[in-house]
Amino acid sequence: MKFSSRLLLCACAALLCACGSDPDTSQYGASPKLPDPHSQLLPTMKIAKPAQWGNRQPSVPKGYRISAIATGLAIPRQTLVLPNGDILVAEGRGGYAPKLTPKDVIAAYIKAKGTSSVKGGNRLTLLRDADGDGVYEVRTAFAENLNAPYGLALVGNQLFVANQDAVVRFDYQDGQLNASGSPVTVTGLPFAINHHWTKSLAASADGLFLYVGIGSNSNITERGMTAETDRAMVWQIDARTGAHKPYATGLRNPTALAIRPGSVELWAVVNERDEIGPNLVPDYLTSVREGAFYGWPYSYWGRNVDRRVRPENPQKVAMAIAPDYALGSHVAALGVAFSAPTMGAQFAEGAFVGEHGSWNRGVPVGYKVVFVPFRDGHPAGDPIDFVTGFQVEGLTWSTGWRDRGSARRADRRRRFVEYDLARHASEVKR
Amino acid sequence: MRRPLHPLHVVLLAGTIPLFLGVLFTDIAYFNTFEVQWKNFASWMLVGGLVFCGLTALAALIGMVRADGRARKSVFYLLLLLAAFVLGLINAFVHAGDAWASMPLGLVLSVIAALLVFAATWLGLFDSRRGEAA
Repeated sequence: MKFSSRLLLCACAALLCACGSDPDTSQYGASPKLPDPHSQLLPTMKIAKPAQWGNRQPSVPKGYRISAIATGLAIPRQTLVLPNGDILVAEGRGGYAPKLTPKDVIAAYIKAKGTSSVKGGNRLTLLRDADGDGVYEVRTAFAENLNAPYGLALVGNQLFVANQDAVVRFDYQDGQLNASGSPVTVTGLPFAINHHWTKSLAASADGLFLYVGIGSNSNITERGMTAETDRAMVWQIDARTGAHKPYATGLRNPTALAIRPGSVELWAVVNERDEIGPNLVPDYLTSVREGAFYGWPYSYWGRNVDRRVRPENPQKVAMAIAPDYALGSHVAALGVAFSAPTMGAQFAEGAFVGEHGSWNRGVPVGYKVVFVPFRDGHPAGDPIDFVTGFQVEGLTWSTGWRDRGSARRADRRRRFVEYDLARHASEVKR
Repeated sequence: MRRPLHPLHVVLLAGTIPLFLGVLFTDIAYFNTFEVQWKNFASWMLVGGLVFCGLTALAALIGMVRADGRARKSVFYLLLLLAAFVLGLINAFVHAGDAWASMPLGLVLSVIAALLVFAATWLGLFDSRRGEAA
């Protein structure tokens, strides 16, 4: 009896020790400081409380303006600016992951509090501002009955859409308001479970290949190793035939892909693993090297072994390379878009990154759009806040608690479109 | 002097021990195979074990009050059940760690909790048997 109560005391003490604070949040750049991992009896959590925008607006740097261009959207994800200035918004919510453990049941309940109850639209909405006055007066459903569309890419007159289970293709003519028919399937994608269901998409500079980001089926293999077949990787797909191969692997959740303008380099933002501390593991922005292995699940940020994965694989760990640029732990990057000189001198060269925001931290991070400055094609310097105010006073969240990425508007009006939120799309102008 | 355990009390106690044993055996299976489905089973049986163990402790408390708290052994019986419950609860949080994060601590706790439940069952039924004889 005494023994058991002493053990109980020890366990309680261990519990208390596990609840650390989350100090340093500045983990930026090529070699972020990585604390030792620690297991927590209860993961540190702060769940966003969704709120309405009302009259509030996110903040942008001086000289820029932000305005909502569409509201009432059904879970907007990625956007695509078409050559004539029209904007396509993919709307949807995917995933088939069953609740396998008591934790799944409880976590689903807790996380539902921080998320929108709106049903995913499973469609592409087209927005048009024909007269250029900043009001998008035309709004049509370009395509409907898609299966959780996410990634979008236009190659010539072919519009590619990455649904949660397949890449499909529409014919597209300049100025078209509605798709002319049902889409053609280019290739199926892994969709069983779909714990991380978003399928990001980018087309190579020459338009011959498509790249699709396929997220892992778990945080850290808790759904078993077989569930991770063909997961946590970027596929290269022949746009014409649909033939595909893994292009790079070990990328836990590559939520957005982009080709750096003026180059053939593929870049990605990737969300890293949770539940080993508030400052582990940094999410990152990286160029994606063909054939490279980026560590997941066996290790993180190069060769830092994650002991939660069994069986271990020292050979894979030895192969793992570190990504290019840490964005900070748990910021949950969900969008990346390279800038252009039309954005103004300070933001001319670099990448905008939309950050959904954290749950696995006591002090929330993310919930904004940052700009990562580049020099000579490489990230150079700390991220600069670009759109903020999605989170106010710690607990009050604008509807825009979910900023879902960003897309550059490359037309003569020098606009930058940034979309976000569960229901809004907004635009930043200069 | 002492009355035998109420049949409902016995049912609760009899439900507790296989659940805690199940957690122990499935944890051993996960420890040896890395097959995560064993851990899923363990996590659910742990929840079941906590429900049964908690209700058994409540029944034990009621029984103790009705026996005017004179039986020293019934105090031990209750404390063993409570210790198993608390340890099981901690173990449930340990098991909520993803994949191998629950190991080896989860297995250690499963062994101790199963032993506590074993001891509680022994004491509870032994007492009960004596009560019947008396």
